Amino acid sequence: MKTFYGTQLPNPLMLGTAQYPSPAILEQAFRDSGAGVATVSLRRESGAGQTFWQMIRELGVLVLPNTAGCHTVKEAVTTAHMAREVFDTKWIKLELIGHTDSLQPDVFQLVEAARILTDDGFEVFPYTTDDLIVGERLLTAGCEVLMPWGAPIGSGRGLNNEYALRAMRAEFPDVPLVIDAGIGLSSHAAHAMELGFDAVLLNTAVARAGDPVVMAKAMMQAVMAGQLAHQADPIEARDMAEPSTPVIGKAFLS
Amino acid sequence: MTVWSVIGAGVAGLAVASELVSRGARVRVFDPGGPPGPHGCSWWAGGMLAPWCEYENAEEPVLRLGQMAIDWWAERTKVHKRGTLVVANPRDFPDLRRFARRTEGFSEVNKREIPRLEPDLQDFSKGLYFGAEAHLDPRQTLQNLTCQLRDQGVQFHNTLAPPNLENAIDCRGLRARDDLHDLRGVKGEMLVIRCPDVTLTRPVRLLHPRMPLYIVPRGDGVYMLGATMIESEDSSRITARSMLELLSAAYALNPAFGEAEVLEIGVDLRPAFPDNLPRIRRLRRTIYANGLYRHGYLLAPALAKGVADLALDNKHSEMVDEDRA
Repeated sequence: MKTFYGTQLPNPLMLGTAQYPSPAILEQAFRDSGAGVATVSLRRESGAGQTFWQMIRELGVLVLPNTAGCHTVKEAVTTAHMAREVFDTKWIKLELIGHTDSLQPDVFQLVEAARILTDDGFEVFPYTTDDLIVGERLLTAGCEVLMPWGAPIGSGRGLNNEYALRAMRAEFPDVPLVIDAGIGLSSHAAHAMELGFDAVLLNTAVARAGDPVVMAKAMMQAVMAGQLAHQADPIEARDMAEPSTPVIGKAFLS
Repeated sequence: MTVWSVIGAGVAGLAVASELVSRGARVRVFDPGGPPGPHGCSWWAGGMLAPWCEYENAEEPVLRLGQMAIDWWAERTKVHKRGTLVVANPRDFPDLRRFARRTEGFSEVNKREIPRLEPDLQDFSKGLYFGAEAHLDPRQTLQNLTCQLRDQGVQFHNTLAPPNLENAIDCRGLRARDDLHDLRGVKGEMLVIRCPDVTLTRPVRLLHPRMPLYIVPRGDGVYMLGATMIESEDSSRITARSMLELLSAAYALNPAFGEAEVLEIGVDLRPAFPDNLPRIRRLRRTIYANGLYRHGYLLAPALAKGVADLALDNKHSEMVDEDRA
């Protein structure tokens, strides 16, 4: 099993903590699903969300603070430093938003910020596209995890470019890879795991579901199923039927 | 005869006082901030009585308990029964469909019907009309309640309540967190603008993935624009980002809002419990009524009834979660 900067995850589901109907439902979603990692945004609260952050700490899961909403290297670096103080962790999910509407990562600033933060002793989880060269640059900058998008944040479209994601998995066989963003359904989450990804991070799909707690459980079952399927070495798809029982002696031969 | 001391003259305290008086109880009110004003978060509220819209992202009690609010307030202040209009731009139609799926009490309206309801909304082809909803002017309402209570013999003391009061009802909102440790503040930011060029006669909500905006008409071309929901306890400032989002959403409703005059900027913290539902607790000699969250005017009547049931009849409504008298 791959580790995330030396930490073994209890399971492959990471959940965001924004947009839930209430903190009580957020907590229940974590408890009932068993998700092992919580991402939390610091940017918007600017240091005054103590009560909410305390609730996150009390979930008893690994906390992965993020730089959601940051548009420049400077903002992201400042937010990361604040996160390290608030949550006493070296982990930072680095998000550098390049476009307000698509929330597409700005990969150029991402690489630069990743380098600065790694030099500062952070363990960076970069939210990136499925571009292989960007992935390489991020690894060169010191990242030991990559988090490519499935589709734009909150879009719920699943894995938009399966080919690119397969290529990424093949290109970086030893790097922990997390599908981050774009998951809408449990089948998307299972799909990501079947492709051999190491974890799935999602937020909107659970938080904005009619019943977030039930959807969180569905996502956990999906990632577990997808992980098992991948480990089981699934069969190849083929164009023609392959009978699972012998055909010799059946009527159609006569 | 027992005298009940209500502590806090925001929407919760005044509603409790009014309900108690209507049931024949004697009441006095303590608030060191004096009459209703900018020191209380209900001063900054939208004043929407919109249980069906709120149910889209709230639990069932909000829908059920909120429905009694319109009649309760109509007995005490001017309530505008003109419904709520929810619209979205085409790119956000998935959000409109989800909104419709999650609640009830609306009819779908189209490109022809929307301008018939609100002639200044020309650019929207799909929406939801919640005909049974209503709105009120929160500041007028707080002032009306205060006057009525005075007329009914309620004394208002602009001081802190004396310690160890018998028969106290604590409605201090977030200031009660010294006693209610699971209370938190949820930041809200709002603007009051004047734009006589645009006429809207009912609250309009614009669905948007980043921030659902609502705009509530206050009459005379004045509108309240709200409101952000941020898990933060810093009530000292509005951020440029929030202001940009609020104003650009208004601009998206009708570009004439670009010419509006900004009259007020409001920031405050809503008191909320972890499930965002209100609570009534009796601890020793004090009844606490708190946690109205973003549903101050919507749920204050139900909260007030629950407090009166407990105080006068020792009846436990569903909001009572702890009783250690």
